[in-house]
Amino acid sequence: MKEFKHVIQDPMGLHARPAGMLVKACAGYASTITLVAPTGKADAKRLMGIMRLAAKQGMELTFTVEGADEEKAAAELQAFLAANL
Amino acid sequence: MTTGFGLPVFHGVAIGPAVVYRKAQRILPVPSGDPAVEQAKFDAALETAREQLTALFEKAKKDIGEEHAAIVEVQLLMLDDLDYLDGVAMAIEGGAAAAIAALDTGEEFAQVFAAMDDEYMKARSADIRDMSHRLYDILCGAGGFQLPSEGSFLLVAEDLAPSETIQLPRERILAFLTRQGSSSSHTAILARTLNIPSLVQSDIPLEVAEDCKILAVDGFTGTWYADPDEETLAVLRKKQAEAAAARNALEAYRGKESITKGGRKILLAANIGSPEDAVDAIKADAEGVGLMRSEFLYLGRDSLPTEDELFEAYKKVAEIMGHRPVVIRTLDIGADKQVSYMGLEKEENPALGLRGLRICLTREEIFRPQLRAIYRASAYGHLNVMFPMVASVWELKAAKALCANVRAELEAEGVPTRDVPIGVMVETPAAAVLAHELAKEADFFSVGTNDLTQYTLAVDRQNAKLGEFYDPYHPALLALMAHIAKAANEAGIWAGICGELGADPKMQEKFIEMGYTELSMAAGRILETRKLVCESEL
Repeated sequence: MKEFKHVIQDPMGLHARPAGMLVKACAGYASTITLVAPTGKADAKRLMGIMRLAAKQGMELTFTVEGADEEKAAAELQAFLAANL
Repeated sequence: MTTGFGLPVFHGVAIGPAVVYRKAQRILPVPSGDPAVEQAKFDAALETAREQLTALFEKAKKDIGEEHAAIVEVQLLMLDDLDYLDGVAMAIEGGAAAAIAALDTGEEFAQVFAAMDDEYMKARSADIRDMSHRLYDILCGAGGFQLPSEGSFLLVAEDLAPSETIQLPRERILAFLTRQGSSSSHTAILARTLNIPSLVQSDIPLEVAEDCKILAVDGFTGTWYADPDEETLAVLRKKQAEAAAARNALEAYRGKESITKGGRKILLAANIGSPEDAVDAIKADAEGVGLMRSEFLYLGRDSLPTEDELFEAYKKVAEIMGHRPVVIRTLDIGADKQVSYMGLEKEENPALGLRGLRICLTREEIFRPQLRAIYRASAYGHLNVMFPMVASVWELKAAKALCANVRAELEAEGVPTRDVPIGVMVETPAAAVLAHELAKEADFFSVGTNDLTQYTLAVDRQNAKLGEFYDPYHPALLALMAHIAKAANEAGIWAGICGELGADPKMQEKFIEMGYTELSMAAGRILETRKLVCESEL
């Protein structure tokens, strides 16, 4: 299991579009990817669940990646977050 | 060239392409009863929706930019959401038809989002509904109505319901032509608000409008021309230029005080239905809002607006109007404006039925949030509240008691409020006759001449065939109006007019003479009325 944190930089917070991009980025992995925000917990492959967190700029998100491709998924996801969120 | 007539509801000339509005025909397919078949239907619809949205996304990106295209993209993403797809699959497994499963699951999610604290996420419920309605329409085989994505046009329809008119892109509509409707129908009111020449009860066949390249409307004569010849077109263009010049001449009255030569100060206000209209009212130099029809906040949706939604809308209007007074009429649902989610029974005679203040007094769960929203918004401007369909003094007293209760409740919660003057919309003959009694309880009167005419003359204003009997200059009506103004003046409260008659240049001086000090009308009429007031010898 891999775990890492990311603080939201986007001034709009985790709104629909980045949430959608995140889902797309996660969909390609076999691993289970969970996302915990101060406002709740969501499956990172489910858009509406993530949107329901209404996570804002400055909030810390904790990602947990578990599965066969967790190493690769965690590394690529961290790069994705740094670039997009 | 084909030509014909209609009843003009606003003057001016419009020339341009025609768009025919047809209601989407949705036929719910018979459910197969087999979940596997329904799921396959849903999967196919999903594919079609994806194609439609992708095409829309590409087009939006090209035409209006990446930012706006993102709205379409969000819907595309939602289409693939596992929670939504699981929800639909479960509903289908449980025996639901694909179309119903798509719609109901979407509605469930939309409601979850609508209930969120976050304004941005709240607004996403509209995206979810849009997405699930698209699937529903595909599954029901609805061709639907497609507005052109750009450019201005004349809108032709059999008739337009209030919920349909509010969804239209108003800045792109040059004129309305409806085959039904009357001069006091909602299409007519909207046409006057937007200052666009329009015809109701027009004899234009929808096929003719569909086939023509150019449609022209002359709102002075009530004539329409499909594919006008060069000569006609030249005459119309000249008329159009003259009308524009006349409008420009009125600009001299912008910013001026509305005062007669004899020194009578008249407040010229606008009738509005939304915060958007308030912006138009300011542009038209209105000195206030004499009638905010609040029911437009309740139409075109499937659940009651929340107190917060109402508050936001009223606050916006209060802020836009600033120091100018705003009169909010409480909900006047019923009669010709019905909403399904309130669960009102169908009535034989809705104009005489459960409507206006009558609903509010019997359904406190509907009325209280509206009053709370008004009082909360009162801190942001100069709000007044006015009750429709009052016929007895006790009704006004009951509504006033509720207002006092709501205000005390808000103060106990520490929410700032201001004094909100309480008025009566005088529109039943009973209220007119009892004006002296009501004036003791009310802070102002505003006469709703459309309904007062219909009730005094016993003439249905929605019935186009009764047009010649709907006489707004009827002596009985004018006697009542003089009586109302007299009662108000004697009690030391102000009286105004917010019906169509208040904007009638043939009557305005007479009303001022009667003692009315406020006239509220479609925003486009303000400047010409100011000219009339300023030129009056009264």
